[in-house]
Amino acid sequence: MSEKVDQARTQHIAGLAKLKIADAELDQFTEQLNDMLDMLDQLGTVDTEGVEPTYSVTDQINVMRPDVANNWGERDALLRNAPESVDGLIRVPTIIDESEDE
Amino acid sequence: MNYFDRDLESVHQMLVDGELTSAELTKQTLANIDAHEADLQAYLAMNDEALAQAEKIDAAGIDPDNVLSGVPVAIKDNLVTTNMPTTAASKMLENFHSLFNATVVEKLQAAGAVIVGKTNLDEFAMGSSTEKSAYKTTRNPWDTNTVPGGSSGGSATTVAAGEVPASLGSDTGGSIRQPASFTGVVGMKPTYGRVSRWGLIAFGSSFDQIGPFTRTVKDNAYLLNTIAGHDDHDATSSDKEVPDFTAGIDQGVQGMRIALPKEYLSDGIDQSVKDAIQVAAKKYEELGATVDEVSLPHAQYGVMAYYALASSEASSNLERFDGIRYGYRAEDPKNLEDLYVKTRSTGFGDEVKRRIMLGTFALSAGSFDKYFKKAAQIRTLIIEDFQKVFQDHDLIMGPTAPTTAFAVGAESTDPTEMYMNDVMTIPVNLAGLPGMSLPAGFSNGLPIGMQLIGKPFAESTIYQAGHAFEQNTDFHKQTPQLGGK
Repeated sequence: MSEKVDQARTQHIAGLAKLKIADAELDQFTEQLNDMLDMLDQLGTVDTEGVEPTYSVTDQINVMRPDVANNWGERDALLRNAPESVDGLIRVPTIIDESEDE
Repeated sequence: MNYFDRDLESVHQMLVDGELTSAELTKQTLANIDAHEADLQAYLAMNDEALAQAEKIDAAGIDPDNVLSGVPVAIKDNLVTTNMPTTAASKMLENFHSLFNATVVEKLQAAGAVIVGKTNLDEFAMGSSTEKSAYKTTRNPWDTNTVPGGSSGGSATTVAAGEVPASLGSDTGGSIRQPASFTGVVGMKPTYGRVSRWGLIAFGSSFDQIGPFTRTVKDNAYLLNTIAGHDDHDATSSDKEVPDFTAGIDQGVQGMRIALPKEYLSDGIDQSVKDAIQVAAKKYEELGATVDEVSLPHAQYGVMAYYALASSEASSNLERFDGIRYGYRAEDPKNLEDLYVKTRSTGFGDEVKRRIMLGTFALSAGSFDKYFKKAAQIRTLIIEDFQKVFQDHDLIMGPTAPTTAFAVGAESTDPTEMYMNDVMTIPVNLAGLPGMSLPAGFSNGLPIGMQLIGKPFAESTIYQAGHAFEQNTDFHKQTPQLGGK
Protein backbone atom coordinates (compact mmCIF):
# COMPACT_ATOMS: atom_id res chain seq x y z
CA MET A 1 0.00 0.00 0.00
CA SER A 2 1.58 3.24 -1.08
CA GLU A 3 0.92 6.48 0.71
CA LYS A 4 -0.66 8.88 -1.75
CA VAL A 5 -1.37 11.72 0.60
CA ASP A 6 0.49 12.72 3.75
CA GLN A 7 -1.01 14.73 6.59
CA ALA A 8 -0.16 18.06 4.99
CA ARG A 9 -1.80 17.01 1.73
CA THR A 10 -4.89 15.77 3.57
CA GLN A 11 -5.22 19.15 5.27
CA HIS A 12 -4.69 20.86 1.90
CA ILE A 13 -7.50 18.86 0.28
CA ALA A 14 -9.71 19.60 3.26
CA GLY A 15 -8.88 23.28 2.85
CA LEU A 16 -9.97 23.21 -0.80
CA ALA A 17 -13.33 21.93 0.42
CA LYS A 18 -13.45 24.61 3.15
CA LEU A 19 -12.90 22.06 5.89
CA LYS A 20 -10.26 21.77 8.59
CA ILE A 21 -9.41 18.44 10.12
CA ALA A 22 -8.62 18.58 13.86
CA ASP A 23 -5.06 17.52 14.69
CA ALA A 24 -6.31 14.57 16.74
CA GLU A 25 -8.17 13.20 13.70
CA LEU A 26 -5.62 13.99 11.03
CA ASP A 27 -3.90 10.61 11.30
CA GLN A 28 -7.12 8.69 10.83
CA PHE A 29 -8.41 10.86 7.98
CA THR A 30 -5.08 10.55 6.16
CA GLU A 31 -5.09 6.78 6.53
CA GLN A 32 -8.70 6.49 5.37
CA LEU A 33 -8.15 8.79 2.43
CA ASN A 34 -5.17 6.64 1.39
CA ASP A 35 -7.30 3.49 1.72
CA MET A 36 -10.00 5.01 -0.45
CA LEU A 37 -7.49 6.14 -3.06
CA ASP A 38 -5.95 2.65 -3.08
CA MET A 39 -9.43 1.32 -3.76
CA LEU A 40 -9.91 3.80 -6.60
CA ASP A 41 -6.59 2.74 -8.10
CA GLN A 42 -8.25 -0.50 -9.18
CA LEU A 43 -9.99 1.64 -11.80
CA GLY A 44 -6.61 1.92 -13.49
CA THR A 45 -6.54 -1.82 -14.22
CA VAL A 46 -9.52 -1.54 -16.61
CA ASP A 47 -8.81 -0.88 -20.28
CA THR A 48 -10.92 2.13 -21.25
CA GLU A 49 -9.11 3.05 -24.44
CA GLY A 50 -11.58 4.81 -26.72
CA VAL A 51 -14.52 4.46 -24.28
CA GLU A 52 -16.73 7.54 -24.04
CA PRO A 53 -17.31 8.64 -20.44
CA THR A 54 -20.90 8.67 -19.12
CA TYR A 55 -21.59 11.60 -16.82
CA SER A 56 -25.36 11.32 -16.80
CA VAL A 57 -27.85 8.63 -17.82
CA THR A 58 -30.87 10.84 -18.37
CA ASP A 59 -32.76 10.60 -21.64
CA GLN A 60 -33.43 14.34 -21.46
CA ILE A 61 -31.18 16.56 -23.57
CA ASN A 62 -31.02 20.34 -23.36
CA VAL A 63 -34.13 20.92 -21.33
CA MET A 64 -35.19 24.54 -21.72
CA ARG A 65 -37.74 26.71 -20.01
CA PRO A 66 -38.69 30.35 -20.46
CA ASP A 67 -36.30 32.60 -18.56
CA VAL A 68 -38.87 34.39 -16.45
CA ALA A 69 -37.99 36.05 -13.17
CA ASN A 70 -40.21 34.90 -10.32
CA ASN A 71 -40.21 37.16 -7.32
CA TRP A 72 -41.24 34.66 -4.75
CA GLY A 73 -42.41 37.18 -2.20
CA GLU A 74 -41.15 35.00 0.62
CA ARG A 75 -38.37 37.20 1.94
CA ASP A 76 -39.37 37.01 5.59
CA ALA A 77 -39.76 33.24 5.56
CA LEU A 78 -36.41 32.86 3.76
CA LEU A 79 -34.69 35.09 6.28
CA ARG A 80 -36.06 33.03 9.16
CA ASN A 81 -33.77 30.23 7.93
CA ALA A 82 -30.72 32.49 7.89
CA PRO A 83 -28.51 32.15 10.96
CA GLU A 84 -28.34 35.94 11.34
CA SER A 85 -30.31 38.70 9.68
CA VAL A 86 -30.69 42.43 10.16
CA ASP A 87 -33.19 44.81 8.53
CA GLY A 88 -34.32 42.26 5.97
CA LEU A 89 -30.78 41.30 4.98
CA ILE A 90 -28.55 38.34 5.80
CA ARG A 91 -25.78 39.37 8.14
CA VAL A 92 -22.27 38.00 7.53
CA PRO A 93 -18.94 38.67 9.25
CA THR A 94 -16.57 41.30 7.92
CA ILE A 95 -15.26 40.31 4.51
CA ILE A 96 -12.49 42.90 4.20
CA ASP A 97 -10.50 43.46 7.35
CA GLU A 98 -9.70 47.19 7.20
CA SER A 99 -7.45 47.07 10.24
CA GLU A 100 -4.63 45.66 8.07
CA ASP A 101 -4.63 48.82 5.98
CA GLU A 102 -3.82 51.09 8.87
CA MET B 1 -54.03 -1.89 14.09
CA ASN B 2 -50.77 -2.70 12.34
CA TYR B 3 -50.36 -3.26 8.63
CA PHE B 4 -49.19 -6.87 8.67
CA ASP B 5 -52.46 -8.44 7.60
CA ARG B 6 -53.77 -5.59 5.50
CA ASP B 7 -52.56 -4.33 2.17
CA LEU B 8 -53.42 -0.93 0.73
CA GLU B 9 -56.44 -2.25 -1.15
CA SER B 10 -58.03 -3.70 1.99
CA VAL B 11 -57.30 -0.61 4.09
CA HIS B 12 -58.76 1.49 1.29
CA GLN B 13 -61.88 -0.70 1.19
CA MET B 14 -62.39 -0.26 4.93
CA LEU B 15 -62.11 3.50 4.53
CA VAL B 16 -64.49 3.56 1.59
CA ASP B 17 -67.00 1.31 3.38
CA GLY B 18 -66.91 3.54 6.43
CA GLU B 19 -65.62 0.73 8.70
CA LEU B 20 -62.75 3.02 9.52
CA THR B 21 -62.10 6.73 9.21
CA SER B 22 -58.81 8.28 8.20
CA ALA B 23 -58.75 10.04 11.57
CA GLU B 24 -59.06 6.73 13.46
CA LEU B 25 -56.47 5.13 11.24
CA THR B 26 -54.08 8.03 11.67
CA LYS B 27 -54.59 8.02 15.44
CA GLN B 28 -53.81 4.30 15.63
CA THR B 29 -50.81 4.73 13.36
CA LEU B 30 -49.39 7.53 15.48
CA ALA B 31 -50.00 5.53 18.68
CA ASN B 32 -48.25 2.54 17.14
CA ILE B 33 -45.25 4.64 16.12
CA ASP B 34 -45.15 6.18 19.57
CA ALA B 35 -45.23 2.77 21.27
CA HIS B 36 -42.19 1.51 19.33
CA GLU B 37 -40.16 4.66 19.00
CA ALA B 38 -38.06 4.16 22.13
CA ASP B 39 -36.89 0.82 20.68
CA LEU B 40 -36.71 1.70 16.99
CA GLN B 41 -35.68 5.37 16.81
CA ALA B 42 -37.08 5.59 13.30
CA TYR B 43 -38.35 9.19 13.26
CA LEU B 44 -36.72 12.61 13.34
CA ALA B 45 -39.95 14.64 13.29
CA MET B 46 -43.66 13.99 13.55
CA ASN B 47 -46.37 15.90 11.71
CA ASP B 48 -48.40 17.81 14.30
CA GLU B 49 -51.10 18.44 11.72
CA ALA B 50 -51.50 14.77 10.69
CA LEU B 51 -54.71 14.19 12.60
CA ALA B 52 -56.27 17.47 11.47
CA GLN B 53 -55.37 16.59 7.87
CA ALA B 54 -56.96 13.16 8.25
CA GLU B 55 -60.13 14.74 9.65
CA LYS B 56 -60.25 17.06 6.68
CA ILE B 57 -60.01 14.12 4.30
CA ASP B 58 -62.81 12.35 6.18
CA ALA B 59 -64.95 15.48 5.94
CA ALA B 60 -64.32 15.78 2.21
CA GLY B 61 -64.96 12.04 1.75
CA ILE B 62 -62.53 9.23 0.94
CA ASP B 63 -61.82 9.14 -2.80
CA PRO B 64 -63.03 5.68 -3.90
CA ASP B 65 -60.74 5.80 -6.94
CA ASN B 66 -57.57 6.59 -5.04
CA VAL B 67 -56.03 3.86 -2.94
CA LEU B 68 -53.93 6.34 -0.92
CA SER B 69 -56.86 8.53 0.08
CA GLY B 70 -56.74 8.96 3.85
CA VAL B 71 -53.79 6.58 4.29
CA PRO B 72 -50.82 7.40 6.58
CA VAL B 73 -47.38 7.48 4.92
CA ALA B 74 -43.89 8.35 6.21
CA ILE B 75 -41.11 10.08 4.28
CA LYS B 76 -37.33 10.22 4.55
CA ASP B 77 -36.00 13.38 6.11
CA ASN B 78 -33.98 14.40 3.06
CA LEU B 79 -37.24 15.31 1.30
CA VAL B 80 -38.19 18.89 2.02
CA THR B 81 -41.52 19.74 3.65
CA THR B 82 -43.10 23.02 4.67
CA ASN B 83 -44.88 21.91 7.83
CA MET B 84 -42.05 19.86 9.35
CA PRO B 85 -38.33 20.58 9.65
CA THR B 86 -35.94 18.92 7.18
CA THR B 87 -32.52 17.98 8.55
CA ALA B 88 -31.16 15.21 6.29
CA ALA B 89 -29.99 13.86 9.68
CA SER B 90 -27.28 16.53 9.73
CA LYS B 91 -26.42 19.07 12.38
CA MET B 92 -25.90 21.37 9.40
CA LEU B 93 -29.66 21.63 8.85
CA GLU B 94 -30.82 21.76 12.43
CA ASN B 95 -33.95 23.99 12.53
CA PHE B 96 -34.20 24.24 8.74
CA HIS B 97 -37.71 24.79 7.40
CA SER B 98 -38.28 24.55 3.68
CA LEU B 99 -40.49 27.07 1.95
CA PHE B 100 -41.75 24.50 -0.50
CA ASN B 101 -42.59 20.79 -0.59
CA ALA B 102 -40.73 18.18 -2.61
CA THR B 103 -42.72 17.20 -5.72
CA VAL B 104 -43.25 13.69 -4.33
CA VAL B 105 -44.71 15.20 -1.16
CA GLU B 106 -47.09 17.33 -3.23
CA LYS B 107 -48.12 14.25 -5.18
CA LEU B 108 -48.72 12.17 -2.07
CA GLN B 109 -50.79 14.94 -0.54
CA ALA B 110 -52.76 15.43 -3.74
CA ALA B 111 -53.57 11.71 -3.59
CA GLY B 112 -54.91 12.21 -0.07
CA ALA B 113 -52.07 10.50 1.80
CA VAL B 114 -51.50 11.71 5.36
CA ILE B 115 -47.79 12.25 5.93
CA VAL B 116 -47.21 11.25 9.54
CA GLY B 117 -43.53 12.10 9.95
CA LYS B 118 -39.95 12.33 8.72
CA THR B 119 -37.74 9.29 9.05
CA ASN B 120 -34.12 8.92 10.12
CA LEU B 121 -31.25 8.35 7.68
CA ASP B 122 -27.48 8.41 7.46
CA GLU B 123 -26.36 12.04 7.31
CA PHE B 124 -27.09 13.41 3.82
CA ALA B 125 -27.89 9.80 2.83
CA MET B 126 -24.24 8.77 3.08
CA GLY B 127 -24.03 5.39 4.76
CA SER B 128 -25.34 1.84 4.84
CA SER B 129 -26.56 1.46 8.41
CA THR B 130 -28.38 4.63 9.58
CA GLU B 131 -25.70 4.86 12.28
CA LYS B 132 -24.27 7.98 10.65
CA SER B 133 -27.25 10.14 11.54
CA ALA B 134 -26.28 13.14 13.65
CA TYR B 135 -29.35 12.52 15.83
CA LYS B 136 -30.10 8.86 16.52
CA THR B 137 -29.38 5.26 15.54
CA THR B 138 -32.38 3.48 14.05
CA ARG B 139 -32.79 -0.21 14.98
CA ASN B 140 -33.94 -3.17 12.94
CA PRO B 141 -37.34 -4.44 14.19
CA TRP B 142 -36.29 -8.06 13.53
CA ASP B 143 -33.51 -7.71 16.09
CA THR B 144 -32.92 -4.36 17.69
CA ASN B 145 -29.25 -5.22 18.18
CA THR B 146 -28.85 -5.04 14.42
CA VAL B 147 -28.93 -2.12 11.98
CA PRO B 148 -31.82 -1.58 9.55
CA GLY B 149 -29.38 -0.81 6.72
CA GLY B 150 -29.10 2.59 5.14
CA SER B 151 -29.28 5.20 4.25
CA SER B 152 -33.11 5.01 4.25
CA GLY B 153 -33.09 2.99 7.50
CA GLY B 154 -35.91 4.90 9.19
CA SER B 155 -38.26 4.55 6.22
CA ALA B 156 -37.55 0.81 5.95
CA THR B 157 -37.92 0.22 9.68
CA THR B 158 -41.27 1.95 10.07
CA VAL B 159 -42.80 -0.18 7.30
CA ALA B 160 -41.13 -3.38 8.56
CA ALA B 161 -42.54 -2.77 12.05
CA GLY B 162 -46.06 -2.45 10.64
CA GLU B 163 -46.36 1.18 11.71
CA VAL B 164 -47.25 2.57 8.27
CA PRO B 165 -48.25 0.77 5.08
CA ALA B 166 -45.75 2.74 2.99
CA SER B 167 -42.90 5.20 3.12
CA LEU B 168 -40.54 6.97 0.74
CA GLY B 169 -36.76 6.72 0.66
CA SER B 170 -33.99 7.75 -1.69
CA ASP B 171 -31.42 5.52 -3.39
CA THR B 172 -28.05 6.79 -4.62
CA GLY B 173 -26.07 3.55 -4.39
CA GLY B 174 -28.56 1.16 -2.82
CA SER B 175 -30.10 3.23 -0.05
CA ILE B 176 -33.63 1.92 -0.67
CA ARG B 177 -32.85 -1.66 -1.68
CA GLN B 178 -30.27 -2.56 0.99
CA PRO B 179 -32.43 -1.44 3.96
CA ALA B 180 -35.44 -3.15 2.34
CA SER B 181 -33.34 -6.31 2.25
CA PHE B 182 -32.20 -5.96 5.88
CA THR B 183 -35.72 -5.33 7.20
CA GLY B 184 -37.69 -7.74 5.02
CA VAL B 185 -39.82 -5.30 3.05
CA VAL B 186 -40.25 -4.33 -0.61
CA GLY B 187 -38.12 -1.38 -1.75
CA MET B 188 -38.07 0.01 -5.30
CA LYS B 189 -35.48 2.27 -6.86
CA PRO B 190 -37.17 3.43 -10.06
CA THR B 191 -35.38 4.24 -13.32
CA TYR B 192 -33.34 7.44 -13.10
CA GLY B 193 -35.72 10.16 -14.27
CA ARG B 194 -38.93 8.27 -13.49
CA VAL B 195 -39.58 10.26 -10.30
CA SER B 196 -38.87 13.96 -9.89
CA ARG B 197 -35.95 14.76 -7.58
CA TRP B 198 -37.21 18.29 -6.94
CA GLY B 199 -37.05 18.82 -3.20
CA LEU B 200 -34.73 15.88 -2.55
CA ILE B 201 -31.59 17.22 -0.87
CA ALA B 202 -28.99 16.37 -3.50
CA PHE B 203 -26.16 13.93 -2.80
CA GLY B 204 -25.05 12.43 -6.14
CA SER B 205 -27.29 14.11 -8.67
CA SER B 206 -26.69 11.69 -11.54
CA PHE B 207 -27.54 8.75 -9.24
CA ASP B 208 -30.18 9.91 -6.73
CA GLN B 209 -33.68 8.56 -7.18
CA ILE B 210 -36.70 8.57 -4.85
CA GLY B 211 -38.72 5.38 -4.38
CA PRO B 212 -41.25 3.60 -2.14
CA PHE B 213 -41.05 1.04 0.68
CA THR B 214 -44.07 -1.19 1.26
CA ARG B 215 -44.87 -4.62 2.67
CA THR B 216 -46.10 -6.02 -0.65
CA VAL B 217 -45.14 -5.66 -4.29
CA LYS B 218 -48.57 -4.46 -5.39
CA ASP B 219 -48.66 -1.81 -2.68
CA ASN B 220 -45.31 -0.65 -3.99
CA ALA B 221 -46.68 -0.38 -7.51
CA TYR B 222 -49.52 1.79 -6.19
CA LEU B 223 -47.03 4.15 -4.56
CA LEU B 224 -44.96 4.46 -7.72
CA ASN B 225 -48.15 5.19 -9.68
CA THR B 226 -48.63 8.16 -7.38
CA ILE B 227 -45.12 9.64 -7.34
CA ALA B 228 -43.88 8.97 -10.91
CA GLY B 229 -44.04 11.39 -13.81
CA HIS B 230 -42.46 14.37 -15.47
CA ASP B 231 -41.85 17.54 -13.51
CA ASP B 232 -40.80 20.87 -14.97
CA HIS B 233 -38.81 21.54 -11.81
CA ASP B 234 -36.41 18.66 -12.48
CA ALA B 235 -34.66 18.90 -15.84
CA THR B 236 -33.58 15.26 -15.57
CA SER B 237 -37.08 13.94 -14.99
CA SER B 238 -38.29 11.92 -17.94
CA ASP B 239 -41.33 12.80 -20.02
CA LYS B 240 -41.97 9.11 -20.77
CA GLU B 241 -45.55 8.11 -20.16
CA VAL B 242 -46.23 6.54 -16.76
CA PRO B 243 -48.17 3.28 -17.09
CA ASP B 244 -50.41 1.87 -14.38
CA PHE B 245 -47.85 -0.32 -12.63
CA THR B 246 -50.55 -2.46 -11.02
CA ALA B 247 -52.31 -3.22 -14.32
CA GLY B 248 -50.37 -6.27 -15.54
CA ILE B 249 -49.04 -7.33 -12.19
CA ASP B 250 -50.97 -10.64 -12.14
CA GLN B 251 -49.63 -11.92 -15.45
CA GLY B 252 -46.99 -14.20 -13.92
CA VAL B 253 -43.57 -15.07 -15.30
CA GLN B 254 -44.48 -17.74 -17.87
CA GLY B 255 -41.97 -17.34 -20.71
CA MET B 256 -40.02 -14.64 -18.93
CA ARG B 257 -36.26 -14.77 -19.49
CA ILE B 258 -34.35 -14.07 -16.30
CA ALA B 259 -30.59 -13.63 -16.05
CA LEU B 260 -28.55 -14.55 -12.97
CA PRO B 261 -25.09 -12.93 -13.13
CA LYS B 262 -22.38 -15.25 -11.82
CA GLU B 263 -20.64 -12.24 -10.26
CA TYR B 264 -23.66 -11.88 -7.97
CA LEU B 265 -22.99 -15.30 -6.43
CA SER B 266 -19.25 -14.88 -5.87
CA ASP B 267 -17.10 -15.60 -2.82
CA GLY B 268 -17.88 -12.38 -0.95
CA ILE B 269 -21.57 -13.29 -0.60
CA ASP B 270 -22.83 -15.18 2.48
CA GLN B 271 -23.73 -18.81 1.77
CA SER B 272 -27.22 -18.34 3.24
CA VAL B 273 -27.85 -15.46 0.84
CA LYS B 274 -26.58 -17.44 -2.15
CA ASP B 275 -28.75 -20.41 -1.17
CA ALA B 276 -31.86 -18.22 -0.93
CA ILE B 277 -31.23 -16.77 -4.40
CA GLN B 278 -30.70 -20.20 -5.90
CA VAL B 279 -33.95 -21.42 -4.34
CA ALA B 280 -35.66 -18.32 -5.75
CA ALA B 281 -34.23 -19.05 -9.20
CA LYS B 282 -35.71 -22.57 -9.02
CA LYS B 283 -39.02 -21.10 -7.98
CA TYR B 284 -39.01 -18.87 -11.05
CA GLU B 285 -38.28 -21.91 -13.24
CA GLU B 286 -41.18 -23.78 -11.63
CA LEU B 287 -43.39 -20.82 -12.45
CA GLY B 288 -42.46 -21.00 -16.12
CA ALA B 289 -39.53 -18.61 -16.49
CA THR B 290 -36.10 -19.52 -17.77
CA VAL B 291 -33.11 -18.60 -15.64
CA ASP B 292 -29.69 -18.37 -17.31
CA GLU B 293 -26.30 -17.68 -15.86
CA VAL B 294 -24.80 -14.56 -17.41
CA SER B 295 -21.82 -12.32 -16.74
CA LEU B 296 -21.55 -8.64 -15.83
CA PRO B 297 -17.74 -8.47 -16.09
CA HIS B 298 -17.35 -4.84 -15.06
CA ALA B 299 -19.76 -4.97 -12.10
CA GLN B 300 -16.81 -5.55 -9.75
CA TYR B 301 -15.52 -2.07 -10.59
CA GLY B 302 -18.87 -0.47 -9.81
CA VAL B 303 -18.05 0.39 -6.21
CA MET B 304 -14.83 2.18 -7.15
CA ALA B 305 -16.39 4.03 -10.08
CA TYR B 306 -19.31 5.01 -7.88
CA TYR B 307 -17.16 6.41 -5.09
CA ALA B 308 -15.13 8.49 -7.53
CA LEU B 309 -18.23 9.87 -9.27
CA ALA B 310 -20.79 10.13 -6.46
CA SER B 311 -18.26 11.66 -4.05
CA SER B 312 -17.32 14.21 -6.69
CA GLU B 313 -20.96 15.12 -7.18
CA ALA B 314 -21.41 15.24 -3.39
CA SER B 315 -18.43 17.57 -2.94
CA SER B 316 -20.05 19.90 -5.44
CA ASN B 317 -23.62 19.58 -4.11
CA LEU B 318 -22.61 20.11 -0.50
CA GLU B 319 -20.77 23.34 -1.30
CA ARG B 320 -24.05 25.11 -0.60
CA PHE B 321 -23.78 24.42 3.13
CA ASP B 322 -21.68 27.40 4.04
CA GLY B 323 -23.39 28.86 7.10
CA ILE B 324 -24.62 31.96 5.28
CA ARG B 325 -28.18 31.62 4.02
CA TYR B 326 -29.64 28.76 6.04
CA GLY B 327 -28.80 26.02 8.48
CA TYR B 328 -26.11 25.87 11.08
CA ARG B 329 -23.51 28.64 11.53
CA ALA B 330 -20.46 28.29 13.79
CA GLU B 331 -20.01 30.92 16.47
CA ASP B 332 -17.32 33.61 16.74
CA PRO B 333 -15.80 33.46 13.28
CA LYS B 334 -12.77 35.70 12.72
CA ASN B 335 -13.79 36.51 9.16
CA LEU B 336 -15.84 35.12 6.27
CA GLU B 337 -13.34 32.38 5.36
CA ASP B 338 -13.19 31.30 8.99
CA LEU B 339 -16.99 31.19 9.09
CA TYR B 340 -17.12 28.79 6.12
CA VAL B 341 -14.41 26.52 7.50
CA LYS B 342 -15.62 26.47 11.11
CA THR B 343 -19.24 25.95 10.08
CA ARG B 344 -18.46 23.10 7.72
CA SER B 345 -15.90 21.47 10.01
CA THR B 346 -18.27 21.36 12.98
CA GLY B 347 -21.54 20.98 11.03
CA PHE B 348 -20.66 17.92 8.92
CA GLY B 349 -20.04 14.45 10.36
CA ASP B 350 -16.92 12.43 9.52
CA GLU B 351 -18.46 10.29 6.78
CA VAL B 352 -19.68 13.38 4.94
CA LYS B 353 -16.27 15.03 5.31
CA ARG B 354 -14.52 11.93 3.96
CA ARG B 355 -16.69 11.85 0.87
CA ILE B 356 -16.40 15.58 0.25
CA MET B 357 -12.62 15.26 0.48
CA LEU B 358 -12.48 12.21 -1.78
CA GLY B 359 -14.60 14.07 -4.31
CA THR B 360 -12.52 17.22 -4.03
CA PHE B 361 -9.41 15.14 -4.64
CA ALA B 362 -10.93 13.24 -7.60
CA LEU B 363 -11.96 16.51 -9.24
CA SER B 364 -8.64 18.27 -8.71
CA ALA B 365 -6.51 19.09 -11.75
CA GLY B 366 -3.96 16.31 -11.27
CA SER B 367 -6.55 13.61 -10.58
CA PHE B 368 -9.46 14.40 -12.87
CA ASP B 369 -8.47 12.09 -15.74
CA LYS B 370 -7.10 9.38 -13.48
CA TYR B 371 -10.16 9.10 -11.24
CA PHE B 372 -13.19 11.08 -12.38
CA LYS B 373 -13.01 10.58 -16.14
CA LYS B 374 -11.78 7.01 -15.79
CA ALA B 375 -14.70 6.19 -13.50
CA ALA B 376 -17.11 7.75 -16.00
CA GLN B 377 -15.64 5.55 -18.75
CA ILE B 378 -16.08 2.47 -16.57
CA ARG B 379 -19.64 3.62 -16.00
CA THR B 380 -20.10 3.31 -19.77
CA LEU B 381 -18.68 -0.25 -19.73
CA ILE B 382 -21.04 -1.21 -16.89
CA ILE B 383 -24.00 0.17 -18.85
CA GLU B 384 -22.89 -1.81 -21.92
CA ASP B 385 -22.66 -5.00 -19.82
CA PHE B 386 -26.27 -4.53 -18.76
CA GLN B 387 -27.37 -3.74 -22.32
CA LYS B 388 -25.81 -6.98 -23.56
CA VAL B 389 -27.67 -9.05 -20.96
CA PHE B 390 -30.93 -7.26 -21.70
CA GLN B 391 -30.68 -8.16 -25.40
CA ASP B 392 -31.71 -11.70 -24.46
CA HIS B 393 -33.33 -11.26 -21.08
CA ASP B 394 -36.27 -9.43 -19.54
CA LEU B 395 -34.89 -9.22 -16.03
CA ILE B 396 -31.79 -9.74 -13.91
CA MET B 397 -32.02 -11.38 -10.50
CA GLY B 398 -29.52 -11.64 -7.66
CA PRO B 399 -29.00 -10.86 -4.00
CA THR B 400 -29.57 -7.30 -2.79
CA ALA B 401 -26.83 -7.31 -0.17
CA PRO B 402 -23.95 -9.73 0.54
CA THR B 403 -25.20 -10.43 4.09
CA THR B 404 -28.19 -10.08 6.38
CA ALA B 405 -28.33 -7.14 8.80
CA PHE B 406 -25.13 -6.68 10.80
CA ALA B 407 -24.87 -5.73 14.47
CA VAL B 408 -25.14 -2.12 15.60
CA GLY B 409 -21.61 -0.80 16.09
CA ALA B 410 -20.07 -3.70 14.18
CA GLU B 411 -19.38 -1.63 11.13
CA SER B 412 -15.72 -1.60 10.39
CA THR B 413 -13.75 1.61 10.86
CA ASP B 414 -12.33 0.86 7.42
CA PRO B 415 -14.67 2.81 5.10
CA THR B 416 -13.59 0.86 2.02
CA GLU B 417 -14.71 -2.40 3.63
CA MET B 418 -18.04 -0.82 4.52
CA TYR B 419 -18.52 0.44 0.98
CA MET B 420 -18.46 -3.16 -0.31
CA ASN B 421 -21.92 -3.57 1.25
CA ASP B 422 -23.30 -1.92 -1.82
CA VAL B 423 -21.45 -3.99 -4.39
CA MET B 424 -24.63 -5.43 -5.92
CA THR B 425 -26.82 -2.36 -5.79
CA ILE B 426 -24.38 0.28 -7.08
CA PRO B 427 -24.08 -0.92 -10.71
CA VAL B 428 -27.83 -0.36 -11.05
CA ASN B 429 -27.42 3.31 -10.06
CA LEU B 430 -24.44 3.73 -12.37
CA ALA B 431 -26.63 2.55 -15.25
CA GLY B 432 -29.76 4.40 -14.07
CA LEU B 433 -31.81 1.19 -14.15
CA PRO B 434 -34.81 0.29 -12.00
CA GLY B 435 -34.13 -2.22 -9.21
CA MET B 436 -36.25 -3.66 -6.44
CA SER B 437 -35.53 -5.67 -3.33
CA LEU B 438 -38.12 -8.08 -1.95
CA PRO B 439 -38.08 -10.67 0.84
CA ALA B 440 -36.64 -14.01 -0.32
CA GLY B 441 -35.65 -15.89 2.82
CA PHE B 442 -34.30 -15.80 6.34
CA SER B 443 -31.02 -16.63 8.00
CA ASN B 444 -30.90 -16.85 11.81
CA GLY B 445 -34.18 -14.97 12.00
CA LEU B 446 -33.02 -12.08 9.82
CA PRO B 447 -34.49 -11.35 6.39
CA ILE B 448 -32.66 -11.95 3.09
CA GLY B 449 -33.47 -9.72 0.15
CA MET B 450 -33.60 -10.59 -3.53
CA GLN B 451 -32.91 -7.91 -6.10
CA LEU B 452 -34.73 -7.75 -9.44
CA ILE B 453 -33.23 -5.39 -12.04
CA GLY B 454 -35.09 -4.27 -15.14
CA LYS B 455 -34.50 -2.46 -18.40
CA PRO B 456 -34.83 1.32 -18.28
CA PHE B 457 -38.45 2.27 -17.50
CA ALA B 458 -39.49 -1.40 -17.23
CA GLU B 459 -40.64 -1.18 -13.61
CA SER B 460 -43.82 -3.05 -14.65
CA THR B 461 -41.77 -6.15 -15.51
CA ILE B 462 -40.09 -6.03 -12.11
CA TYR B 463 -43.41 -5.67 -10.31
CA GLN B 464 -44.91 -8.52 -12.34
CA ALA B 465 -42.03 -10.88 -11.48
CA GLY B 466 -41.88 -9.71 -7.88
CA HIS B 467 -45.61 -10.21 -7.44
CA ALA B 468 -45.44 -13.72 -8.92
CA PHE B 469 -42.67 -14.65 -6.47
CA GLU B 470 -44.57 -13.14 -3.56
CA GLN B 471 -47.77 -14.99 -4.44
CA ASN B 472 -45.89 -18.27 -4.34
CA THR B 473 -43.83 -17.76 -1.18
CA ASP B 474 -44.68 -16.64 2.34
CA PHE B 475 -41.59 -14.64 3.34
CA HIS B 476 -43.53 -11.38 3.24
CA LYS B 477 -46.13 -12.79 5.66
CA GLN B 478 -43.65 -13.27 8.48
CA THR B 479 -43.51 -10.53 11.04
CA PRO B 480 -40.72 -9.19 13.21
CA GLN B 481 -40.85 -9.55 16.98
CA LEU B 482 -41.18 -5.84 17.39
CA GLY B 483 -44.53 -4.75 16.02
CA GLY B 484 -45.54 -8.26 14.98
CA LYS B 485 -46.62 -9.62 18.33
